[in-house]
Amino acid sequence: MYAKTPSYLVGREKIREFSRAVFSTSPLNFDVEAARAAGYADVVAPPTFAIVLQQFTLQQLLDDDDAGIELSHVVHGQQQFTSARPIVAGDELTAVQTIASVKSLGGNSMITSQSVIEDAAGAHVATTTSTLVVRGDA
Amino acid sequence: MTLTKQALEALNVGDVVAEREFSFTRDSLVRYAGASGDFNTIHYRDDIAVSVGLDGVLAHGMLTMGAAVQPVIDWLGDPALVDDYQVRFTRPVFVPADGEAVVSVAAKVGQVDAEAGTARIDLLVTAAETTVLGKAQVRVHAV
Repeated sequence: MYAKTPSYLVGREKIREFSRAVFSTSPLNFDVEAARAAGYADVVAPPTFAIVLQQFTLQQLLDDDDAGIELSHVVHGQQQFTSARPIVAGDELTAVQTIASVKSLGGNSMITSQSVIEDAAGAHVATTTSTLVVRGDA
Repeated sequence: MTLTKQALEALNVGDVVAEREFSFTRDSLVRYAGASGDFNTIHYRDDIAVSVGLDGVLAHGMLTMGAAVQPVIDWLGDPALVDDYQVRFTRPVFVPADGEAVVSVAAKVGQVDAEAGTARIDLLVTAAETTVLGKAQVRVHAV
C-alpha cells in the first residue's frame, strides 16, 4: 500500500475543462444553476473524473524505483470506476493505492492497482481499479 | 429529464438507448492530456510512439472511455446516475497528425433489474470498423 495522496481540491473550472475534453454536453457538468436545481452543491464531475486522482497514484508507482516502470512503455489494459457518490466542485479528495496483482504475460507485465478515494470527512467517494500493461523492450 | 423507474421498467434487453460519433484529432489528445494530467508522450509524440513499438500516436484509452459514456449520460439526464463503469482497452485508436479518428458508440440495454431500479448498459465502441473497447459496461440507476 502506498501513502495517501495529498488533498486535492476539485475546482469548478477543472470539472468544466475535463468535461469539455471528454466531449460532454451535460449541463450538470458546466452550469452551476442547473446542478443546484438538480440537488447538487455545485457542478458535477463526469463518471471518469476520478482518473485525475488515480493519476497521482500512478505517479507514486512511476516514482517507485522498485517497480522500475517507464511511462512511455505503459499502455492501459483495463479500467473500472465504482462510485459511492458523485464528485462535485468543492470536494477535497485523497486517494490510497493498493497493488492488487502483478502478472507476467509474454514479455509484458500486467499491474492491477486499486485506488480508494475519500472526501475530507473520510467518507468513501469512489474506487478506481486499473490494469496497466508494461510493454517489454520492443 | 432524468431516467425514471417507470422508464427503466419499460426497457428491453437489446434496446439501443443512445448513439453518437466522435472525431478525435491531435487537438483532442492534447486537450485531454492537460485536463486529465496524463502526459504520456505516446499520446502526442510520433517518434516516441514508434520507438516503443507502436504504429503511431494513439488516443488515451481514458479519452475513449470518457467520451464513450457521454451518450449514455445524455440519455440518463444526470451523470450521477452512473454507479459503475468498466472497460477493457482491446485495440488502440490511432490518431494521425493531420487527420481524425472517428469513434462510434452504440449503447444497448444489457440487463434490467426493475425491482432494484438498476440496469446495465453495454457499449459497442468502434474505430476504423474495429471494436476498440471490450466488456464496456455502464451500471446505472433510475430515480
